[in-house]
Amino acid sequence: MHSFAYARPTTVAEAVALLEAHGPDARLLAGGTDLIIRLRDGSARPAVVVDVKRIAELLPAIREDRGRLVISAGTVMTDVAADERVGRWFPALAEAASVVGSVQIRNRATLAGNICNASPAADTAPALLVYRAEVVAEGPAGTRRIALADFFVRSGVTTLARGELVSAIELPGPERRMGAVHLRRTRRRGHDLASVTLCCGVDETGVTRLAYGSVGPRPVLVVDESGVLADPAAPDDAKAAIFERMFAAASPSPRSMRASPEYRLAMLRVMGRRALGIAIDRLATGVTR
Amino acid sequence: MTQMIPVAVTVNGRLRAFEVAAHHTLLDVLRDDLDLTGTKECCLVGECGACTVRLDGRIVDSCLVLAVEADGGEVTTVEGLAPDGRLSPLQQAFLDAGAAQCGFCIPGQLMAAHALLELSPHPTVAEVQEGLAGNLCRCAGYQQITEAVLAAAGAADR
Repeated sequence: MHSFAYARPTTVAEAVALLEAHGPDARLLAGGTDLIIRLRDGSARPAVVVDVKRIAELLPAIREDRGRLVISAGTVMTDVAADERVGRWFPALAEAASVVGSVQIRNRATLAGNICNASPAADTAPALLVYRAEVVAEGPAGTRRIALADFFVRSGVTTLARGELVSAIELPGPERRMGAVHLRRTRRRGHDLASVTLCCGVDETGVTRLAYGSVGPRPVLVVDESGVLADPAAPDDAKAAIFERMFAAASPSPRSMRASPEYRLAMLRVMGRRALGIAIDRLATGVTR
Repeated sequence: MTQMIPVAVTVNGRLRAFEVAAHHTLLDVLRDDLDLTGTKECCLVGECGACTVRLDGRIVDSCLVLAVEADGGEVTTVEGLAPDGRLSPLQQAFLDAGAAQCGFCIPGQLMAAHALLELSPHPTVAEVQEGLAGNLCRCAGYQQITEAVLAAAGAADR
């Protein structure tokens, strides 16, 4: 690994100042499960690594605040998956967090890091999109909230500006009852990156929110407000037409070693239908996990 | 010049203070500076689990942790499972089940199993498999490893 300077700020202001001063030569370190691999293979060569784990505001915490669930940037996947409120209100997020990497990875990897890396295969992204998550960004100009749907640009690139860091992910409390599920396709059981990762949520007014990843440069959110998908009695061909429109944004890379574009697109359709069925079932039975 | 950072870490119950370059991992320091070579270096990308240690109670891949990140923390390595040179019941169960073949992955398997049994003293087969999913065994001794973990869990009740 090449050498770099190490900074361990204890306040957001200090971290923002470092990011402003160093721009792209600074990299934030949270769990490190992606960054340290990139430091070692040389694909990231920052002059300074800014460890955010001692910043008071970012310390691991999941708290309720004015009807929202606030997950601080230091919160690791293990704690997201185990949190009782996440399990009750956002069960598909708990499911997604519990399949990221292995126990060792989940003990270290943060939810915010998963989002900031902007990997198209990020397993928590689809559930966060379905649940209308917002990213809380702190920067030189203060705090702003970015809808997650406006956060991803392409692999590794987000709409964060120079000097900005993510302090928390916020989930608005569910206004309507929703049944939701996260599903993924991997090459093998156990520890693997997803070839397709997907979340479907159906709410009591008949709106279906579907988000999918690992099939294009960024995770995609699509919404059906017609009520057709949510209606178990709607004809199959009507549903198929809506699914086709929803999947139109999928464009898997032909260069990926995990799965061919044909396979991913075929699985996306299978899993979309399967997830819709589970979401409808969960909405009807009130079973959330 | 490479910046050297003072770090203090409790390793297997003993406070160790040293200076380390920021780009040296916890794994590097354990093996090269503290001579704790039970923890193995293998894939270096967090896939194989050979470098598994406990940091503040939780298992981590020590190849993906900078030594400076462990500053102020508490680390347990496989050497810490047998502090007085006597094998722990879990280690004995691994031997009894023939779980150690080439043995290279075993320190990591033991650390993952140790953490699993603390959280879940009576794991199902599926829970053992999930708990140890981050630890690869190239000899494919998974059957015996799983048996050893289940046997250790059962023995703890007697």
